[in-house]
Amino acid sequence: MKRLLWSALFFLALLFIWHLLVLAKIWSVVLLPDPLSVLEYLKSAGEDGTLLQATLVTMRRLLTGYVIGIAVGLPLGLLTARFKFCEDTLGVLALGLQTLPSVCWVPLALLWFGQTEAAMLFVVIMGTLWSVIIATDNGVRNVPPIFARAARTMGSKQLHTWLHVILPASLPFIVSGMKQGWAFAWRSLMAAEIYVTILTGFGLGHLLHYGRELNAMDQVIGVMFVIVVIGLLADKILFSPWERFLHRRWGTGRA
Amino acid sequence: MSIEKELQNVAPAKLAVENVSKWFRTGRDAAVHALDDVSFHVNVGGFVCLVGPSGCGKSTLLNIIAGLEKPDNGQVLTDGKPITQAGRDRMMMFQESALFPWLDVMGNVLFGLKLKPGLQAKERREVAEFYLKMVGLEKFFHANIHQLSGGMKQRVALARALAPNPRVLLMDEPFAALDALTREQLYGDLQKIWEARKKTILFVTHNVREAACLGNRVLLFSPYPGRIREEFKIDLERPRDINSVQLASYSTEIMRALKGHGTVEVAE
Repeated sequence: MKRLLWSALFFLALLFIWHLLVLAKIWSVVLLPDPLSVLEYLKSAGEDGTLLQATLVTMRRLLTGYVIGIAVGLPLGLLTARFKFCEDTLGVLALGLQTLPSVCWVPLALLWFGQTEAAMLFVVIMGTLWSVIIATDNGVRNVPPIFARAARTMGSKQLHTWLHVILPASLPFIVSGMKQGWAFAWRSLMAAEIYVTILTGFGLGHLLHYGRELNAMDQVIGVMFVIVVIGLLADKILFSPWERFLHRRWGTGRA
Repeated sequence: MSIEKELQNVAPAKLAVENVSKWFRTGRDAAVHALDDVSFHVNVGGFVCLVGPSGCGKSTLLNIIAGLEKPDNGQVLTDGKPITQAGRDRMMMFQESALFPWLDVMGNVLFGLKLKPGLQAKERREVAEFYLKMVGLEKFFHANIHQLSGGMKQRVALARALAPNPRVLLMDEPFAALDALTREQLYGDLQKIWEARKKTILFVTHNVREAACLGNRVLLFSPYPGRIREEFKIDLERPRDINSVQLASYSTEIMRALKGHGTVEVAE
C-alpha cells in the first residue's frame, strides 16, 4: 500500500512539474502541450471511438500474429532440440534471422503482401517466431537429463516425456523467449504502422503518424500514453501469471 | 481396483545379474571398461548394498538393472525374465532427488501413479497420501520442491519411488549429499519401510558404514574395470544403529578389504 502511494505521488509530481513547465512558457505549446489538453484529446478520441477502433485494429494484428508465432515456434524449437538434422538446418536459420531486427521485415512484407493485414501479420509473426524457436530449443537443452531418466523409470515414454517432462521443465526459458518475442513483435508492428499506411485498417501507429502530420502534439503524446498502457497491461495479463507460477515453483526471483 | 488391493504389498522380486559387462566409448578408439563380467543374485526381499569407490561402475550397474542402459554382454533377470527396458516394477532413487520443480510434492508422487493403469483420480490421491505419510511428510502435501530441505526432498523421492508399488527398489547413493544427522534418521526409516513393505532393495553407496548399516549383504566393488571382489554378510539385529560397536567392526573389516584391493579413496 505504502509503495503504491509512493508510485502515485511520483507520477502526480511528474504531471505537476510538466504542467508548471507549460505555465512557465519556456517552450511553445505546439511542442509541449499542457497535460490537461492531452487528457482532453484522450477523452474526445475515446468518446468518438477513434482510439478504441485503432487499439482494436493494432491488438488484433499483434495477438493473431503472436499466437501463430508461438504455435509454430514452440514445436519447431522442440524439433531443433531433438533432432540433429533440424538443429543444423532450421536451428541455424533461426539463429541467423533472430539477429535481424524484426522491423527489417517490413519492406519485404510490403512488397510481398502490399499494404494489407497480411503484411502486418507477417511482420508480427517474424518478430515472434525466431525468438520462440531459440528459447524453446535452449530451454530443452538445459533440462537436466536426470528428469527424463526418472520419468522413464516411472513408465513415461516418448511423447508423454516430451509433454509432461521436457516441456514443463523448459518453461522458464520458454516464457522469457515468449516475452522477448512479444517485445520484438510489438516494436516492429508499431514501426510498420507509423511508416506505412495500411489500407485495411488504421492502428495506433497511424494515429501517432497523423498526430505528427497535423502537428497535434496532444494527439502524439496521448497515443504514446495509450501504447505504454497497452505494453504494461500485456505484461501484467500475459506474463505475470506465468512468472508468478515460475517464481513460486522454482523459487527463483523475489530475492 | 480397490485402494486396499493397490496398497497391498506385492511380492518382491528375485534379481539375477549374469555376466554383465559394459564399455563406454570415450574417444575414437578409446573405451572405458566400466563393468567386467559381474554376476550376483539378490534373494526375494533381500537388501543388498554395492560399495566401492567412485568410478567402479556400480551406478552403471544400477542403471542397467533399471533398464535405462543396456549391457554390452550378459543379462539381468527379474524372477527369471530378462530386463529389456525400464519398468514400473523396478523404481529408482537418485543421488540428486530428481524431483520435478514444476510440480508440488503431491504432484511429484502422483506422476508415476498417473502412468499406472487402472487407478481412478481419487484412488491415486489416496495412494500418494499413504506413502507421503509413510515417509513423514503429511504436512507437506502441497509444498514446493525448492522449499524442502535435502532430507525432505529425498523423502519425497522415496515416496515417489514407492508409490507405484514396485517389486524392486534401486537406490543410487540417495543419502550421499545429506548431513550426518538427517542420514541417520533416514537409515532408521528406510529399514522400517523395507520391513513393512517387503521390497527387494539394491543400494549403491561409497560409504562403507552406511552399507554395513543397511544391507543384509554387502558386495565390494573395485574399479577399472568394475568387478565384485568380495562379499560380506551382515548378521545384525534390526533396526541397526550406525554408531554401534558391532557395526563398526563390520565396517572396519570391509574397509580393510577395500584398501587391500588398492582402492582407498572411500569415505568411511
